[in-house]
Amino acid sequence: MTQTRYMNPYLAGVGLGLVLLAAYVLMGRGLGASGAFTSVVAAGVNTVAPMHARSSAFYKEYLPENASPFKDWLVFEVAGVIVGGLISGLLAGRVKRSIDRGPQISVSMRLTFAFAGGAIMGFGSKLARGCTSGQALTGGAVLSVGSWTFMLAVFAAAYAFAYFVKKQWVGG
Amino acid sequence: MAPFYQFGFFGEETGLSFAFVIGIGFGYFLERAGFGSSTKLAAQFYGRDLTVFKVMFTAIITAMLGLFWLAWMGILDLSRISVLPTYFVPQLVGGLIFGIGFVMGGYCPGTCAVASVTGKMDGWVHLVGMMVGILTFGELYPVLDIFYNSSAMGELSLDTLLGIPYGTAVFLLVVLALAGFYLAETIERRLAPMKPGS
Repeated sequence: MTQTRYMNPYLAGVGLGLVLLAAYVLMGRGLGASGAFTSVVAAGVNTVAPMHARSSAFYKEYLPENASPFKDWLVFEVAGVIVGGLISGLLAGRVKRSIDRGPQISVSMRLTFAFAGGAIMGFGSKLARGCTSGQALTGGAVLSVGSWTFMLAVFAAAYAFAYFVKKQWVGG
Repeated sequence: MAPFYQFGFFGEETGLSFAFVIGIGFGYFLERAGFGSSTKLAAQFYGRDLTVFKVMFTAIITAMLGLFWLAWMGILDLSRISVLPTYFVPQLVGGLIFGIGFVMGGYCPGTCAVASVTGKMDGWVHLVGMMVGILTFGELYPVLDIFYNSSAMGELSLDTLLGIPYGTAVFLLVVLALAGFYLAETIERRLAPMKPGS
């Protein structure tokens, strides 16, 4: 199966930037990702323990009856992200069942790291009020001090911690 | 005048369909850039492939210049665009935690969605882990809320912080980004003479 090469990074960056600009021009708000997953988590908590969800200052903001229109907007946007990612993957011949990992790490270790990393990141994204989409890109483009602080902290911590998980990604 | 939703050009339901279309564009370019692959994303932190830096900063600069020019031409009312409010310390700490999670897990929230839909099992596991992390935050919120709401600085932008005109800040960021791109290309040439095939 032949795979299409990845797009030139600057070209892909201009594409993403224009998508973000379109969100601003149309809606006056930017993009997001972690917010939509928070809506999913809040809906899950509300199904299992509705009293608990409704009494929580955190979850109740994401429940349909209280959520701001922008939270619904993010859920639709992320639904689009899933479709868009699939379209690009299919067109490039890159959709296949696989596990991305370095040459020196076992599947079970890679999946353990993926779970732990995901959990740490999920927690961090809530503390920072957003992720690479909702803070770094969206807030970065309008020069938000908090967003730039977040972005620099992400890069600094990832570089500082990279040594400890090196085996997971690179050989040698 | 833009932002069109804010000036009542269309309602909430039309806005939701735009959300879906904009999301498709977002997911498409994330996958095209190679961000559906954790090994490609993580390579950023080993100096071998600086695609993450290049794509992110090109996207920020593109959107920033777009907003600047549209406002300058009088097509867009910048005062209607909210600058995300700053909560300095929680955002700094949140970013540090997020960065550790990023290099461990290999994805960010948007890219793990793209990875999952293109069949990456590590993407699915990352996605589940992320929801567990969000749930943990939600359960701990009663003890975290004081810190979460600390060092609130409102809608603070870099130009206001530095006391320079908006246009100057935009120009400086473009210069910084161009210098960064030049540096990134130099580093890639030095450290990775063989570009990994895609």
